[in-house]
Parts: sequence; structure tokens; C-alpha cells
Amino acid sequence: MKKTGAEIFVESLKQEGVKVLFGIPGGVVLKIFDVLHQQKDVEVVLTRHEQGAAHMAEGYAKATGKVGVALVTSGPGMTNIVTGLADAYMDSVPMVAFTGQVSTNLIGNDAFQEADNVGISRPCTKHNVLVKDVRDLARTIKEAFYIARTGRPGPVLVDIPKDVSTEKAEFKYPDKVNLRGYSPTYDGDKHQIKQAAEEILKAKKPVIYIGGGALFSDAAHEILEFAEMTQIPVTMTLMGLSAFPGGHSLSMGMLGMHGTYWSNMAMHYADLVIAVGARFDDRVTGKIPEFCPEARFVHIDIDPTSIRKNVEAHIPIVGDVKTVLRQLNVVLRSMDGNQREIKELRRPWQKQIAEWKQAHPLKYHQDEKSTKPQYVIEELYKLTHDKGIIATDVGQHQMWAAQYFKGAKPRTWLTSGGLGTMGFGFPAAIGAQKAYPGELVVCITSEGSFQMNLQELATAATYNLPVKIVLLNNGFHGMVRQWQDLFYDGRYASSYLGKIPDFVKLAGAYGIRGLRALKPAEVEPVLREGLKHKGPVLMDFPVYPFENCYPMIPAGAAQHEMVLEDPPKLTKAQRGRVAKKKPEEGEGVLPA
Amino acid sequence: MERIISVLVENKFGVLARVAGLFSARGYNIESLSVAPTLDPTTSMITIVTVGDDRIIEQIMKQLNKVVEVLKVVDMTETSYLDRETALIKVHTRPEHRDEAMRIADIFRAKIVDSSPTTYTIEVTGDVDKVEALINMLQPLGIKELIRTGRVAIAREAKVPSRRESQAAKA
Repeated sequence: MKKTGAEIFVESLKQEGVKVLFGIPGGVVLKIFDVLHQQKDVEVVLTRHEQGAAHMAEGYAKATGKVGVALVTSGPGMTNIVTGLADAYMDSVPMVAFTGQVSTNLIGNDAFQEADNVGISRPCTKHNVLVKDVRDLARTIKEAFYIARTGRPGPVLVDIPKDVSTEKAEFKYPDKVNLRGYSPTYDGDKHQIKQAAEEILKAKKPVIYIGGGALFSDAAHEILEFAEMTQIPVTMTLMGLSAFPGGHSLSMGMLGMHGTYWSNMAMHYADLVIAVGARFDDRVTGKIPEFCPEARFVHIDIDPTSIRKNVEAHIPIVGDVKTVLRQLNVVLRSMDGNQREIKELRRPWQKQIAEWKQAHPLKYHQDEKSTKPQYVIEELYKLTHDKGIIATDVGQHQMWAAQYFKGAKPRTWLTSGGLGTMGFGFPAAIGAQKAYPGELVVCITSEGSFQMNLQELATAATYNLPVKIVLLNNGFHGMVRQWQDLFYDGRYASSYLGKIPDFVKLAGAYGIRGLRALKPAEVEPVLREGLKHKGPVLMDFPVYPFENCYPMIPAGAAQHEMVLEDPPKLTKAQRGRVAKKKPEEGEGVLPA
Repeated sequence: MERIISVLVENKFGVLARVAGLFSARGYNIESLSVAPTLDPTTSMITIVTVGDDRIIEQIMKQLNKVVEVLKVVDMTETSYLDRETALIKVHTRPEHRDEAMRIADIFRAKIVDSSPTTYTIEVTGDVDKVEALINMLQPLGIKELIRTGRVAIAREAKVPSRRESQAAKA
């Protein structure tokens, strides 16, 4: 029996096991939404902005490992998801975005709400297709999901013209895909793996460096086995956090620009770095010529373009992280069963790292007057511990969360790493909450990031998605202000936000519970009450506005040149300058 | 260093834009580009001439390989290959220059394919050195218009060794 394009679309989604999609209707996708409305298998979450829909699909995908789905209309609907696509592309998030398009006979005519969706999205998608014939629709959807979730995952855009959704064709969902130009490599080269194993057993100062690829490959178990067997300390990128238990004795926490002192020092003095699903981003390497000067690199990645892009790989292994580590673990086990010897060999190195850790731990000073942002995050961590999922926005709060949260379970840490998208956190938290309605989902954000997508409060309220928002409110674009402090003589160009809404009232306007902690002593009770609340809740924490995030590798510096605290002479003058500008009533929350 | 990269792709719309986009997005220039279907009408061969150091070229080749519709990528400059280009050159020919223009065309085994009282249009095919040498020779006469196809390249088959080479191999 023949079906319309819209029916084929919905049937195909069911075949792919899609339970929920995020989106907003519009002229050219009305037929599809009409069909969606008349069935129950695929739920539609109506967002308030298409960017929100894209980040929700990302949050859903990052939390579940399944493909996130967004459906938006042509023209502005599509252009509004571009940030989400670019974000998903940078962070390898499996996602399929369906966009409406004007009817095929109107394409190229500057029709109402027309945009070149495929052209605009080309550089920020793994693949994209304009479906010109309804008979190609089912196959294209099958391929889109396949491409999005296999290999190095990424976003795929499928552009569906209005007439394709209304015309009819025979529906048969293909059993398998046939893409002759696409076949990702999963198994690692045996010879390379053996060579890597030999170097790993020989190395005196090795480090395992884990990126986001480990999470999408579902390799947490293999990494744990690998690290424990070889007794090699582990550091994670911002994207790799939660792939290895943060509380494990071998964990050094995050590395890079705001990573821990000891993980960066370990990298700098390492003789062997085993990169696992990581891409040597500039925020990790700092100054490339001085990056890990003594190290040889084993680089495991499914994407050949990641290898030798930024740094030399002495032993490149192209393949799926989980598969390669399994192969590697087998080889290692066969080569050396003597655990005591390995432990002995690594002891001096572990001792050295422990000394670094002791010399410069993460630190801040909490007094009785104004709340320090790190304090809120530490208190939150004490209360939630290994429970639930954390989504963050982008900026100082994100770095503090990365430093103080020691995620134990994979996929419980959702953040925008590559693109650094402010406004990502809250919708991503909603997406994750939709996937796991019964779990605790906390969004750690700030007044700057949150205001970039706060319209989704309505979505959280409508679907009663009980996201707990922890908002660190310092009245500034904090990371920008920090750089201005350090590199622009404290001239706060456009980083001070001026009028900031009363977030408690704002939450109230959406029918959401709002709470505020004005003093450090109120932080813990507010968190406790907020986390206990059944529905969504917004907790506003006015914090000390001039706290800077340390340690820090200044841009262009090398790993071992970390700055550990505020340079003393700068701060006084700068703080004096800002203190002169007393905020007026209702303006930014600057605690006395 | 100059490279000739052959990219076998699926013959679908948007593929060329994706391939070209990989270059432009990274600030690399394409010196010349030619596209046409192969023996199999569902595939096309894109021949790209570009300039870059080894690291850049390696990155470009890997990125090209990643495109879903790209079937095969070969750096011709790493193999033994033949490359050819065709140019159509419209030359001003004052009466006293018409003989000279014909002579030059002859030397390069180029053909005069169109003629008017004041111009010749010369067609030449050859490797890039030959085409450029001809252009240089015709320049003093005055070139009115010049069109080049961009280069295409094909790998040489394994050659039969010469007698001297096989003797050397034995020794």
C-alpha cells in the first residue's frame, strides 16, 4: 500500500526505534506534524526555539548514546539549528536533524521561508541530503541514522521539501544500507597494537589521555581494565570526563587549560602518552612545540583525520576505541602477567604525580561574607555525588564543575567542549531528562549562559521535566572578565552584564519553583531543598564576581607554565576600578 | 609542493561543493579542477591540482576520504603518472604575424581550429610545461583570450624495464 512522505517519515522513525523528537512546526512540515499528532510511538517535544530543540537532541544523545532527533521547518527554523549542528559536529554527537524545505518546484526561487539548508549546513554536518523524490525518503532516513551513529558519530541533516511529504510511494524500510564510499574502520591493526603493547610495558612515565571518543565508543569498562592492568595514571579531556571514574586512585582529573596541575605536569614529563579517542585540541596542548617534549604517542582514534592533525603519532591505531582496547588488553595480558613487577615499575612515577598533587591541589578560599562559586559546586557534588546527570553551560562555571565533579558513570557529564556553546546546558539537560524522566538531572549554569536559552523554561514547565538548575550568578561573562583581568589590564569591555533579571521571579513567571541563597550559609540548605523538589527548579546563587578560575595555562603557553593563582599586583588595582562602579538597584547581583 | 589529487566520487549533486568546501574551509587554494563522469556513469573523477606541504596534503587526503560520497582518493604525484591539459588560445594576428603564428603552432603540434581576418584560435594539448611554453611563445604576438581545461592525470601501468635496467638489476 502506498503511503505519503509524511507517513513514510514517521514509519521510518519507528523502525529506527525513535521514541522522542524535539522540534517546532512550520508551513512546510505541517503534514509531517499532522501525522505525528495521530500516533503515539514517537513523542514530540515542542521547544520554544529551534536552537533549544537541537541542543535537547544533543543532550538526549549524549546521555543515552542513541541518535538524537530534531525536526524543524524551513528557512529560519533551519538557520536556528545551525549552532546545534556545529556543536554536535565538533563534539561528535550522533544526531539527525530533519528540516522542512519549500516544494521542489519552488527551490531556488526565493520562496517564502526558503533557505539553502543543505548548503548552509554542509560545513557543520557529517553528511547532509536534500530528498527530491518521495521514493528515496525511506532509504535516505535509514542512511542518515546509520551515518550519524557509526564511525566517528556526528550530525546528519535530511532536508524534506513540502511536496515530498505529501506525495505517495510504496513503503518498504530497507534492511541494510549500501554506501560504497563509507566504511569506518573498527578493528585496530594487529601489528600496531603489538608495538603499542611493547612500548606500554617498557614506559617508565606513561599517561593515558582520554577524550570524548571513549564515551561514544562505550569503552569505559575496557579503559578501566587497561589502566588497572598497566597501572598507568589517567587524565581526561573536558569531553572525556566520566569515561574513567574521577575518584579512582589512578585518575588525575581533567588536563588542559584549566586542568589539574598534576595532570598537566604528568603530560609534560611523560615518556609515553596513550591518546584514546582524543584529538589533541589546542585547549589541551597549549603551545604545540613544547607539548609533551619527552613523549612518544600512541594515538587510538576511529577518525584518521584526528591522527597527526596537531601532533605526531608514533604509533597510530585507526579503529574503534572499545574494539582496539579489547585487542590491546588481550595482547598485554599475554605479554606480561606479572602484576607485581608492573606495580614496582610504575611506583616512582605515581609517587611523583602524588607529590605534584600535594604541592598544588585545587583550592579556593570561602569566607563568611560572599559565596564562592567553587563552594556551591563542591556542596552540590557532596549532595549528589555519583547520582544523576550533570549538564553544564560554557565558561568559568563549566571549568569549576569539571574540576570538582568526579563523575563515576559514563554519559553523566554533558557539556559543550569543541564549539563552546553558551546556552547549551539547559536544553541539553532537558533532553537528558526526557530520556531518563526518573533520574536526577542538574544543569550547572551562569546568568550569562542561561540567558542565551532561558525560553526553554517553558518547555521544562510544559512537560514537567524536573531539571534542577544551579545558576552561579556573578553578573559578568566571567571567563571573559578573567581574561580581561589577566591580559587586558582589567578593562571590562562588555563583560559586565548590567541588568540581570530576578531569576526567582522569572522562574515563578513560568510556574517553576525559584530559590536563592544570599549567604554562604544558605547554599547547602537551598541546594538540599531544590534537589528535593519534585518539579523543575531554578536555584540562584549570587557569587563573588571576581573569582578567577585556576590553575590556568594562558593561551599560547606550554603545559608546565601553569598559572596557579591571581598575580597579586594586578588584582588590587582592577578590583578597585570595578568597585567604584556601584551597581544601581536591580542591576547585576554584586554582593557587598 | 604541487600535488595532483584524483578523487573518485559518486555522481550526485552537492558532492563537488563538499569536496571544494574542504579546501576553502581550511584556506587552501585549488590551482585547477576538472570533473567528468568515468566509464561508470554513476561515478565522476575530480582532478584537483593544489599546493601544500606534506602535512597539509595528508590532512586534505584524509578529509576527502571522510566524505560519504567519496569512493577513492589518490595522490598522483606519489606515483608515476601522465598529466595533460588542453588550452584554447585566441591570438591577434596582424598580416605580418600570421605566418609566424602558424609556425609556432606547428612546432608545438598545436592546431589552428578557428580563423578570422585578425585572429587565429589555437588548440594545444600537452603537459603543463608544453602548454605554458606555447603561451609564452605566442604572448609577443598578443593573446586576446586564453581558456585552459585544468589538468587531468592518469597513473602509468608498470613499465617494462629497459635492457640496461634489467642488466643492472641482475648485477
